[in-house]
Amino acid sequence: MPASTSSSGPAPGTTQRPSSDPRPAIDVHDLDKTYPGDIHALRGLTFTVAPGTVFALLGPNGAGKSTTVKVLTTLSRADSGTATVAGCDVVRDPIGVRRRIGVVGQRAAVDLEATGTENLRLQGELYGLRRNALRQRVTELLDRFGLTDAAGRVTRTYSGGMQRRLDVAMGLVHRPEVLFLDEPTTGLDPESRAGMWDEIGRLAGDEGLTVLLTTHYLEEADRLAGHVAIVDQGRIVAEGTPDALKADLRGDAIHVELAGSTASVAVDDVTAALAGIEPAVRELVVSGRSIRARVDSGAAALPSVLAALERSGLTVATATLARPSLDDVYLRHTGRALHDSSPDASGPSREEVAA
Amino acid sequence: MTAVLTNSGQLATRRVRAFLRQPWFIAVTLVQPMIWLLLFGQLFKGITTMPGFPDVTYIAFLTPGVVVMTAMFSNGWSGMSVITDLDRGVMDRFLVTPVRRGSLIAGDLAYQGLTTVLQTIIVLAIGWIAGARFPGGPASLLALTVAVVLLGTAFAALSNAIALTVRQEESVIGVNQFMVLPLAFLSSTLLPLSLAPTWIQHIARWNPVNWAVEVGRQSIVASPDWSGIGLRLLGLAAVALLTAWWSTRAFRSYQRSV
Repeated sequence: MPASTSSSGPAPGTTQRPSSDPRPAIDVHDLDKTYPGDIHALRGLTFTVAPGTVFALLGPNGAGKSTTVKVLTTLSRADSGTATVAGCDVVRDPIGVRRRIGVVGQRAAVDLEATGTENLRLQGELYGLRRNALRQRVTELLDRFGLTDAAGRVTRTYSGGMQRRLDVAMGLVHRPEVLFLDEPTTGLDPESRAGMWDEIGRLAGDEGLTVLLTTHYLEEADRLAGHVAIVDQGRIVAEGTPDALKADLRGDAIHVELAGSTASVAVDDVTAALAGIEPAVRELVVSGRSIRARVDSGAAALPSVLAALERSGLTVATATLARPSLDDVYLRHTGRALHDSSPDASGPSREEVAA
Repeated sequence: MTAVLTNSGQLATRRVRAFLRQPWFIAVTLVQPMIWLLLFGQLFKGITTMPGFPDVTYIAFLTPGVVVMTAMFSNGWSGMSVITDLDRGVMDRFLVTPVRRGSLIAGDLAYQGLTTVLQTIIVLAIGWIAGARFPGGPASLLALTVAVVLLGTAFAALSNAIALTVRQEESVIGVNQFMVLPLAFLSSTLLPLSLAPTWIQHIARWNPVNWAVEVGRQSIVASPDWSGIGLRLLGLAAVALLTAWWSTRAFRSYQRSV
C-alpha cells in the first residue's frame, strides 16, 4: 500500500525518492519466532511500510518490537515467515540488506575509547566510504548533530544526549534507504527527547528516508509516524494512520464526576438517566462517582448528558470531553492501558524477552 | 577479499588506537613474566646440575618458555574486549554493517598479534638483561616470534569464540585458569621433557604449546634445527587457522541466541 500516507508526498524537484516506487521499503509476512524457554516473541507478524514514510511499531516491552527490529536488520533470524527490506530478503541476501539500512539501537552503541570522529570514520569505512567522501560526510554529520566541538574527545566524556546524537549520526553515515530506530528516546531527558523528535522529523522530511521506529510512547508515535501499528504479544492488533486509528473509535470520550457525599452512585441510576438521550452514549462505565462514556459528537451530546443527569437528581461536579488518543486505541485493542506495561510494572500479561 | 582485508585493518586500527591511549596497560601484562624470570628463574637456578639438563643456564632455558606463557596469558584475555563490545552494543552495530564476520575476528587477532610481538621483544630483553643469551641468532628469534604469534592467535581466537558463545566474563577468565598453566606444565616450558614422566612426554608431543616452546628453544643453541622449526610452525599455523575459523563460526551461535 504505497499510497497509504497522504499528506507528506514529496514536492517536485526535491531529491526524495519517487513515491510512485511500487516496491515497499519493508515487507514483513507471517514472522514467527520463539526464544528458548518457550518465549513466543513473534506470532505471525505481518506489515508493510511504504517508501519515504515514518512507520511506528507501538507496544509495551516484551511485545516483540525489538525482536522484529533484530530480524529485519539481519541480527537475528525468525523461525518462519519472510521479510524483505529495501528489496532484499533478510535471509537470502543479508549483505544486501545491511548495505541499505541504518540501525540505531536501544542504547547508544558508541565505542567509549574512541573519539566522535573516530567512531564516525570507522562506521563509514565499514560501508566502503573512502578519503574525501568520508571526510566530508563525517564533518557534515558532526556539524548537523552539534558535535563539532566535541569531535576530538573520546566519547567516554560525552553526556548521554551527546552519545545518543553520535549514535544516530553513525546510523546515517552511509545514507541508508531504511533507518531503524529502536526506542530512540528511551532514557533521554525531556529536552533531549524533544531534540531527537525534531531530528527524526527532519530525517523523514529532508532525506526522503524510510524510518521504522519502535516506541512505547504513544505521544512519540502520534507525533512522528505517518503510520502506526500496535504490536501486542508478537502480532499486529491494529494498524493505520494515527488519525484513522483514532477515528475508528468513533467519537469522543466524555468523563463526568458527580458531586455528593456517598462513595459511589448506582450504575442502574446512571444507565436509566442516560437511556434514550440523543445522540446515544456508548461504552458506558461507572466507577465510584465517575462516569465514562463515548459519544459520536461530544460537543453536541455533552449538554444533553448533563441535563439528563440533573433531571435524575444526580449533581455534576466536573465534566470533560476528550478527543480520542492513541492511548484509547491501544486500550481498546489490547484490553490494557499502555502505561501499565512500563518496564517497572510487571502485569500478568507481560512477557520478558531476552535482549 | 580486498574489502575483508581492508576492514580487518580498520578494525585492528581501532584496537591499536585504544591501546595507544592507555599504553601503560602493557606493563600490567608484564608483571607475571618478570616474576617468572627474576624469581622463579633464580629459585630453580640449581636445576641445571641435574643429569640430563642441557648445557645452558636456567635463565636462558626459561626465557623462551616465559615468552610463550606471556603470549598465552595476554591473548587468553582477548575475549574480554569482545564482551565489552557485546555489552555496549558495539558488536551488534558491527554485525548489521556489511562487514564480514571474518574481518571482525581477523581485525582483533591482528591487533593481538601486534601486542604479542611487542611483549615478546620486552620479555626477551628482560631475559637478556638477566643473563640469557641467544646464540641461535636473529633468525631463530624471528622463528620464536612467529611461533608465539601463531600460538597466541589460537588462544585469542578460542577466547573470542567462548566470549561470543557464553557472553560472560567468567567464561573468559575460566579459559585462562583452566588452560594456560596446565598446558604449560604439560610441555617443556619450565623443565626439559627428559626430566618429566613418560605420560607427560607423550602428551607434550601433541601439545601446540610445546611446539612453540621447542621452536623458541632453538634460539639458545648455536645450530638451530631448521626443519624441526618449520614442521612445528606449520602445526601451529594449522591450529591458529582452525581456531580462527571456529571463532568466526561462533557468530552464528550468537546470532541464534539474540
